[in-house]
Amino acid sequence: MLNHYETVFIVTPVLSETQMKEAVDKFRKVILDKGGEVVHEENWGLRKLAYAIKKKSTGFFYLIDFKAPGNLIQLLETEYKRDERVIRFQTVKMDKYAVEFSEKRRSKQENAEKAKEE
Amino acid sequence: MNAQTPANQSEIRFLTPPTVEIKKKKYCRFKKNKIKYLDYKDPEFLKKFLNEQGKILPRRVTGTSLKYQKKVAVAVKRARHLALLPYVADLLK
Repeated sequence: MLNHYETVFIVTPVLSETQMKEAVDKFRKVILDKGGEVVHEENWGLRKLAYAIKKKSTGFFYLIDFKAPGNLIQLLETEYKRDERVIRFQTVKMDKYAVEFSEKRRSKQENAEKAKEE
Repeated sequence: MNAQTPANQSEIRFLTPPTVEIKKKKYCRFKKNKIKYLDYKDPEFLKKFLNEQGKILPRRVTGTSLKYQKKVAVAVKRARHLALLPYVADLLK
């Protein structure tokens, strides 16, 4: 049984864009290797933090929506903890309303992008 | 004495007639708008349920129903963990 999860993590701002992408690739690989499938990804870019974390006031936010068996979460979170580049992470299990909401949000964003292109 | 007081009270005249406040009925915005899910990734929306110090407002102020107040609390706490909202603040708004 695959559950629907959503994970957001904050990468330290001292990295360059490419280094940050590498970190993201690593976690995406963890999910894919352990039998998960990525539904959606979102890069929020460099954002200001509401309070300082490890004396940093900004961070790269990255969101991954994925389906995975429950035992993957623990593996993913230990990877987060071991990685010094990640300063904060949060994984949330999505109920049916959350899934519905994220789908709606995604289609809205796609429409907005299309409107921009036109 | 006692018989006189109600008569005296009725003679009180106000310069400006006292306005009787019509109490606006509070309602749960989630039930009314049929919102099923609260997103923790949207701090601007969650700020409606916080006071200036970043504390969660009580139900008696916002009118939210119990079911959704619990969800508000969870969403705010998740947003705080991701540094989208502060745990403590001075001037949030």
